[in-house]
Amino acid sequence: MENFYHSIYLDKDLCKGCLNCIKRCPTQAIRVRNGKAVINNKFCIDCGECIRICPHHAKLARRDTLDILKKYEYTVALPAPSLYTQYNNITDTNLILNALMSLGFNDVFEVSAAAELVSEATIKYIDENKDKWPIISSACPSIVRLIRVRFPNLIEHLLPLKAPIEVAAEMALEKAVSTTGLPRNKIGLIFITPCPAKVTYAKEPLGIEKSEVDAVIAIKDIYVPLLEAIKDLSAEQAEGGSLPNLAASGKIGVGWSCTGGESTGTVSDNYLAADGISNVIEILENLEDERFKTLNFIELNACTGGCVGGVLTVENPYISHSKNKHLKKYLPVKVSSFNNRSTTVYTEDIDLNWNKEIVYEPVFRIGNNFMEGLSNLNAVEKIVESFPGLDCGSCGAPTCRALAEDIVRGEASDTACIHIFKEYFNFLTLQLSTLTHNMSNASDAGASIANLEQNLTGFFNQGESGKQTEDAEPPKKDKPKKKK
Amino acid sequence: MAASNTITLHYDVPNDDFTRAGEASSDLKSKLKQMGVDPGAIRKVAIALYEAEINMIIHANGGTIDVEISETGLKIVLKDVGPGINDITQALQAGFSTALEQIRILGFGAGMGLPNMLKNTDDMIIDSIVGVGTTITLFINM
Repeated sequence: MENFYHSIYLDKDLCKGCLNCIKRCPTQAIRVRNGKAVINNKFCIDCGECIRICPHHAKLARRDTLDILKKYEYTVALPAPSLYTQYNNITDTNLILNALMSLGFNDVFEVSAAAELVSEATIKYIDENKDKWPIISSACPSIVRLIRVRFPNLIEHLLPLKAPIEVAAEMALEKAVSTTGLPRNKIGLIFITPCPAKVTYAKEPLGIEKSEVDAVIAIKDIYVPLLEAIKDLSAEQAEGGSLPNLAASGKIGVGWSCTGGESTGTVSDNYLAADGISNVIEILENLEDERFKTLNFIELNACTGGCVGGVLTVENPYISHSKNKHLKKYLPVKVSSFNNRSTTVYTEDIDLNWNKEIVYEPVFRIGNNFMEGLSNLNAVEKIVESFPGLDCGSCGAPTCRALAEDIVRGEASDTACIHIFKEYFNFLTLQLSTLTHNMSNASDAGASIANLEQNLTGFFNQGESGKQTEDAEPPKKDKPKKKK
Repeated sequence: MAASNTITLHYDVPNDDFTRAGEASSDLKSKLKQMGVDPGAIRKVAIALYEAEINMIIHANGGTIDVEISETGLKIVLKDVGPGINDITQALQAGFSTALEQIRILGFGAGMGLPNMLKNTDDMIIDSIVGVGTTITLFINM
């Protein structure tokens, strides 16, 4: 098992132990234990839903700040196309690109320019791989991670091409080396990201050995300084100043930031584009049952609206969609193309193919082998039956079944269930009153005390350790109904 | 009662509710994945069971699904009290369908249900009496 780095983390001081995140997490990766959220690294796909929902802002995303520019002799900004729709009244991407330069970057390289090349390669791949239809887009890192842990049969359908972010980084690097002659470690390729999933990607990509992206700055962090720079440049332009042209992408590239944009780039009318992680999971389930037999391309984005809905963006995704439409109005269909080198900023052919196989990681298994899995699943089913089925989350697990699985995995006790706890408490109270009643009869009192003591010990031991015995047997609990 | 080396699961397929088609398939898939069943076998189960669910909803006013999983494989018993299959050989032919036009418009009833189930199972037994109901038993080896 490898590549389980996560950009998302918890600030324990801010976490109040509420149940919002455990309920929202699409892979049930979060539990509340001892009053604080705990993220399971194997289950987490860095989709950012917990960051979105946390009312206490305790879920955070690791990322770099603008200070990172000082670390390198030469820096290139790689803006995600979702950056373009963050500001109002922008009719020209060139203004934003020049504003990035005034923040201290030595060059900018649009991810949307690389996206146009990926679109071109996608068309070719779809055409040449009919046996793998429908091809599933691999640009959203959370989707690739989700498929890797949950949909083994769909791995072969993933588009085995580098995401635009990577292609942009490779092309920007080539350009930077050829123009400056600097060694690799003096050049900083800095991605401006809409989401934490891309931060994770830059650190531990899937499909390729290593990403060329050196650092990642969040759109929301660069938003204000960039706005100032945009204002300044606008003022200069108003006074007659002109800006050098840095834009190298058209409608197709810029369109990638919104759901449907990548599909439009495939020039196919046989596609499906879905967004929002729960919708995406539904589509993947359907795909697994082979329900879509006529489609050739499936675009999936974890965030509602696509990348413009990323948790590290500022603008509302629906407004971003509207702005994206206006922005594209004055752009050519596309600028960068393998067939048109005069407008494409690269010197040599780059390899767009993945070079590392994606392997199924069965993180949700509940046994080391099939027989153990079978017996554990039987145990889970039995425990689930004993629970009230309210999925209230009070135990810290998102559903009764999730708690049952935790118990079988040895990570929780059934007294974590407040309803079971209550039942047990009532039973003990009953025993106590029997004891009081029997106190008048000395011979019965001895037995009652022993009984109560035994039950109390068992009860509190379970509660305190929060753990069951090593074997996977379901916990033995004394059901009050049977005892009576 | 299930022996310790098998697990049994039961699903009810509702009558006429297309929105619930695939529920059993989805649930079984996630359990098989948890148990560490080979993805190839899971694929077959998913496709066969989804087709079965759709069939029950379209043709048979719903029904029940009983799954028994052991080390050697899965046995899935699909039971309904629907109209029964008049000509089983004909029903197994790809493209043959008795589905009403209104169901075909919805994209179902292409005549691939039973053939797809047959294709994705290692053995399939159809036991049907017209006017009484149908019981189909699917075997998927592991």
